[in-house]
Amino acid sequence: MLKSLSLRSALLSVVLLAVLLGSWELMNQIPSDSKPMTEYEMLMGGASQEARVPPPSAIIELAIKELSDPFYDAGPNDKGIGIQLGYSIYRVLVGFFFAALIAIPVGFLIGMSPLMYNALNPYIQVLRPISPLAWMPLALFIIKDSETSAIFVIFICSIWPMLLNTAFGVSNVRKDWINVAKTHELSPIKTALLVILPAAAPTILTGMRISIGIAWLVIVAAEMLVGGTGIGYYVWNEWNNLDLASVIFSILMIGLVGMLLDMFLAYAALLVEYKE
Amino acid sequence: MSFKSLNDPFNEKKSLLHKADCDCPICKVESSPLNPSQKQAEVERSVYESSIQVYGSHEMPEHNSALDSNEAIMDRAIESAVVRSVFGHNEFSRRSFLSMVGAGTAAAVLGTVFPMEEAKAALKESMGMGKLEKSKLNIGFVPITCATPIIMAHPMGFYEKNGLDVSLIKTAGWAVARDKSLAKEYDAAHMLTPMPLAMSMGAGSTAKPFIMPTVENINGQAIVLHVDHKDKRDPKQWKGFKFGVPFEYSMHNFLLRYYVAEHGLDPDKDIQIRVVPPPEMVANLRAGNLDGYLSPDPFNQRAIWEKVGFIHTLTKDIWEGHPCCAFACSKEFAVENPNTYGALLRSIIDATEYSAKAENRKEISAAIAPKNYLNQPVPVIEQVLTGRYADGLGGVQNVPDRIDFDPFPWHSMGVWILTQMKRWGYIEGNIDYNKIAEEVYLAAETGKVMKELGYAPPEKTYKNYFIMGKEFDYNKPEEYIASFAIKR
Repeated sequence: MLKSLSLRSALLSVVLLAVLLGSWELMNQIPSDSKPMTEYEMLMGGASQEARVPPPSAIIELAIKELSDPFYDAGPNDKGIGIQLGYSIYRVLVGFFFAALIAIPVGFLIGMSPLMYNALNPYIQVLRPISPLAWMPLALFIIKDSETSAIFVIFICSIWPMLLNTAFGVSNVRKDWINVAKTHELSPIKTALLVILPAAAPTILTGMRISIGIAWLVIVAAEMLVGGTGIGYYVWNEWNNLDLASVIFSILMIGLVGMLLDMFLAYAALLVEYKE
Repeated sequence: MSFKSLNDPFNEKKSLLHKADCDCPICKVESSPLNPSQKQAEVERSVYESSIQVYGSHEMPEHNSALDSNEAIMDRAIESAVVRSVFGHNEFSRRSFLSMVGAGTAAAVLGTVFPMEEAKAALKESMGMGKLEKSKLNIGFVPITCATPIIMAHPMGFYEKNGLDVSLIKTAGWAVARDKSLAKEYDAAHMLTPMPLAMSMGAGSTAKPFIMPTVENINGQAIVLHVDHKDKRDPKQWKGFKFGVPFEYSMHNFLLRYYVAEHGLDPDKDIQIRVVPPPEMVANLRAGNLDGYLSPDPFNQRAIWEKVGFIHTLTKDIWEGHPCCAFACSKEFAVENPNTYGALLRSIIDATEYSAKAENRKEISAAIAPKNYLNQPVPVIEQVLTGRYADGLGGVQNVPDRIDFDPFPWHSMGVWILTQMKRWGYIEGNIDYNKIAEEVYLAAETGKVMKELGYAPPEKTYKNYFIMGKEFDYNKPEEYIASFAIKR
């Protein structure tokens, strides 16, 4: 019964997709300019030339073309989708790495010490809701380098979920475990590494998962703002040309990469899960 | 200077004498119906190609694929003179010797007894073609047709000709272009003519002395309205409209303000002016966020192509020959790298003059349309550059100077811009108009380089303008501001 249920739901998914794409395809046929045009009509580009929502077949065609040569490099403003995604992933990972480097130790500190938690909490609460893009002009002005600024923006938006989740995980470690550590006369450092860290690890990884999701959201917006390289710039460049097929294609790619980053951290979280 | 012959002296198959059947690059070009700059390019091309044939491109360390022209010709001329003197100017013995030992060996042997490279360098130094302090440059541009000279210089090899390896970097908007220039990420950049003035004075940014050696283009903007407003052609009906301009410190902003104020509307109270990066104009017009905009092309023509707007008026009809975009860099860059700056200036002036010729416009349109540069359909760019365009109202217009290119940075243009900055309250207090204009707009220097390159710069650097029929006298900027009814 269960097997047939999953089979039936899979079948329904496929049918829904086919209906959706089929009707989209039929509703968005590109009109053809059949009769001979006057000069004015030619200069106006005819009906077939203007930007419109493309049918799925056009997007698939473009995707095949782009993915068959994802790493072409035709000058500083025209690179393949693979290169652009590579730039974005690199920025996200660097920003994310530095955020983890700072957020996890500080999270430990404020999780273990109520004094530090109360002292730092007001700052965290003010800084946390600031949109990362609002930092961008300030970062550009102070750092004077657009690459570093983009990485800084990733850093500043990745840090909070990790910090708060780490603090939460650390402060909620079961008291009897800490007491056992105390009876064994473990030093605070050993207690932190051998008892608290493994116990808080799942919560910390949840924080990292939230962070990487936010970082991936932000990098697209940041690159749209600054331009140059990256998937955000790719979207912006195609939007200027009102080339919606490329825009939709890049949206799908952004979704795919975001999903892969999330899956990777979800898998890591499984590894450190602790079942009583 | 006159050349003996530009055939490769190390190639035994080529003669170094100009005989009737001489096939050296100079002779070939002299008999062809090309203009001087094309002849020059042709000579360079064939000199380079003949080198490739003999040595194979990988064996020529000093001639990489980016061959810098004048230098190559000089090099060839020096090599030729040295080789010919070795063989006592006897063509026969030169060719028979070379056919025995081969070009590579001959060049190596000669190199041991005669310092060829030093001789080349010494001669170039004495001819004012000094070594470039920096040959790899980053130049920023915003993807609009105003940047045509800066852009086309790249695919058409104007930078390479002067020994520069330029990366053109597309920029999302003017604020980012300004910040990246201030941060030295860009060595030089495409800017709006008021920007270097504002940056030098610290209006809207930190003060850093910027210079504007050349104006990129004149004219080349338009007021575009949404197709729903075809019945509102009188600006008096525009109360409450939302207009887009690309930047606060732009000719677009000042011309739009001037235009509506002349029609009795206060640009700060009766209409709303928003700053929108040029590439985003069409999308915003389509979405109805804007009723119209005064923007650079190709986005005026693109709105027509997309059937969402029409051209209400070209800015050329507000002020014939007004400046629009500029080529600018920091004073620091020019002082630290005089030779590079000179090479860059020569490339840009050459490219600007090349763009000014109507017969080159079609070819340029095709060169700047790809994704790497403007990323627009070729017919849209072509309509802008050739001036034969659909106006969105059912007519085909023919305005060859809809956009034009003239590198000379008139000081009086700078003064006019400053008067408008003061008129609308962007700058305050007493301003020494002429001093600022002359510090930022390097008309004298540009005139000198134009002369060197064989163009005819104007004799003076100031002149009066008529804008919508009202005269601007550059000697009386303060009186000019006072003469307006609507001002801040």
